[in-house]
Amino acid sequence: MSDTRRPRFDEGRALRSPGLRGWLLLSPLIVWLVLFVVFPTFLTVCASFFRTDAYNSLVFEFTLSNYTRILDPLYLGIIGRSLWLALLTATLCLLVGYPVAYFIGRVSGEWKNILLIAVMLPFWTSFLIRTYAWFQILATKGFLNAALLSLGWISEPLDLQYTSFSVVLGLVYNYLPFAILPIYGSVEKLESELVEAAYDLGADPRRAFTRVVLPLTAPGMVAGFLLVFVPALGMFAITTLMGGGKILMIGNVIQNQFLGMGRNMAFGSALGTMLLAIFLVSMWLIALVRREER
Amino acid sequence: MQKKIRLSDAASQPTYDFSSSSKGGSAEALAKSPEPPQASSYIALLSAKLLTWGFGLWTVCILLFLYSPILLLIIYSFNDARYGIEWRGFTLRWYEALFGNRLLIDAFRNSLIVGSLTTIVSTLLGTTGAWLMYRYRFPFEKTLGALIFIPVVIPEVLMGAGLLLLFVSAGIERGFLTMIIAHTTFCFPFVMIVVRARLEGIDPHLEEAALDLGARPFQAFALVVLPCLLPAVFAGALMAFTLSLDEYIVTLFTVGAADTQTLPLAVFPLVKKGQTPQLNALSALFISGTILLVILSEIIRRLASGKSSRVEIYRKDVI
Repeated sequence: MSDTRRPRFDEGRALRSPGLRGWLLLSPLIVWLVLFVVFPTFLTVCASFFRTDAYNSLVFEFTLSNYTRILDPLYLGIIGRSLWLALLTATLCLLVGYPVAYFIGRVSGEWKNILLIAVMLPFWTSFLIRTYAWFQILATKGFLNAALLSLGWISEPLDLQYTSFSVVLGLVYNYLPFAILPIYGSVEKLESELVEAAYDLGADPRRAFTRVVLPLTAPGMVAGFLLVFVPALGMFAITTLMGGGKILMIGNVIQNQFLGMGRNMAFGSALGTMLLAIFLVSMWLIALVRREER
Repeated sequence: MQKKIRLSDAASQPTYDFSSSSKGGSAEALAKSPEPPQASSYIALLSAKLLTWGFGLWTVCILLFLYSPILLLIIYSFNDARYGIEWRGFTLRWYEALFGNRLLIDAFRNSLIVGSLTTIVSTLLGTTGAWLMYRYRFPFEKTLGALIFIPVVIPEVLMGAGLLLLFVSAGIERGFLTMIIAHTTFCFPFVMIVVRARLEGIDPHLEEAALDLGARPFQAFALVVLPCLLPAVFAGALMAFTLSLDEYIVTLFTVGAADTQTLPLAVFPLVKKGQTPQLNALSALFISGTILLVILSEIIRRLASGKSSRVEIYRKDVI
């Protein structure tokens, strides 16, 4: 849309260079971004190489000890678990979300918009409350156990709350829209003639799907996967609530190092820098597959 | 009769006419055809249909998965029982108790203060930013775009930790100011995205006409462009307000003394302790309030532009 309009708009190109006034008007935005986006990120990376004194103040003295401390089996275990749970969450979101995205991409007219809004709406509501909403379902005397008991599928109530299962469930519940939207984007770009051609050429649905639909929607799947994986990796609030404080993730450790009891901001920054690196690589990958798609 | 002959002719030729064989009529033809390849192609079409139905059914299941916990929560906030899921009759007493809870009322007031100031700053920054970046060609436009995009997608814990480091090392005491700064940083990009989308939809010649007729650039913006943008500005402001009200993680890192804490911060320890009917009532109110705000901003935007819903914007610019 923009690209077809932009050239006309640019006829008076001289008028379109910002000039002093333009720069002055944009300067609050630039200053804001530099002060509150660029600088804090830079500080985090810097602080990860500093030492802290007994009062948790940063001491300007270069050290790599914050990074060697990550290699402690205690933290490696937590990192390993975070990676595993985030991976599981992202994979589940992909599997669960793909058919939904595909269906929304194929449905026509007003229904498409209604379904999209229905999928996106939870994103705008508080994740705290959405997580809390599962308590009544997962509790020992909650809805799920009551239902399973009355069906006679189980004889004893199951321990569902405060387990790895509930943590992953909470994460999937919260991040599912992030997986659905980019896949939907790819599905919508997919031309239905291509799928029909596959059928006409004798492909069965399975072959048409694996040879035509899947490769063409792969960019959306990559983006959807990463957009769930990265935030899930850094999340600590959902994991605290759903894991009952028993299942620690990287996010919990970072939060603790900055706000908790025996805190150490430099070590927290080292963990943060690690997460930042994963985040930046993921964003770069998304940009890469997006470029391929166009 | 003639048609039938043609069909049987076609069926006897293995390499017939691929171009017309995808729609319903040809499927019928394929069904009548004795040739195995065409028959299997018909089955393929049928199972593709079934697959679509299956996906539709799955979508319904997922929507149930997304909404049933919330609906149950709202229904049970009216349940007259302190514990358990047994229905003991309709009551409003949990709501009454809520309005007598000093701690929550104070926290809500703080949320409103932070939310409204965040909304004002975000709307100013986002609207002017969107306009300027649309109107002029700045060098480093791509870098700027990426920087604006970062607060939307970065894990919140990183943003919170970075801002905390900044405030601590700059010696700024944490409180309302730091919370508003933090919230604005991730709210204004949303305003910018909405306003920018609206800008793409209005005729660029409107402004040029105003300038040709002798308006000063500021007049052209304030009297011609801004009125066209207002619905988007308003929708963006509502989005910023909603996001600010809901935010827990970034707030946790930037909050000051206990008497400045916002509603999500006050609610978190209660949630951690477990389920209570009063908390159900609070959640029900909060979630319906948010949903109303979102739907309101959606309606405003639709009335104004006719197309390009929030979801569209998401797909194009955010994800």
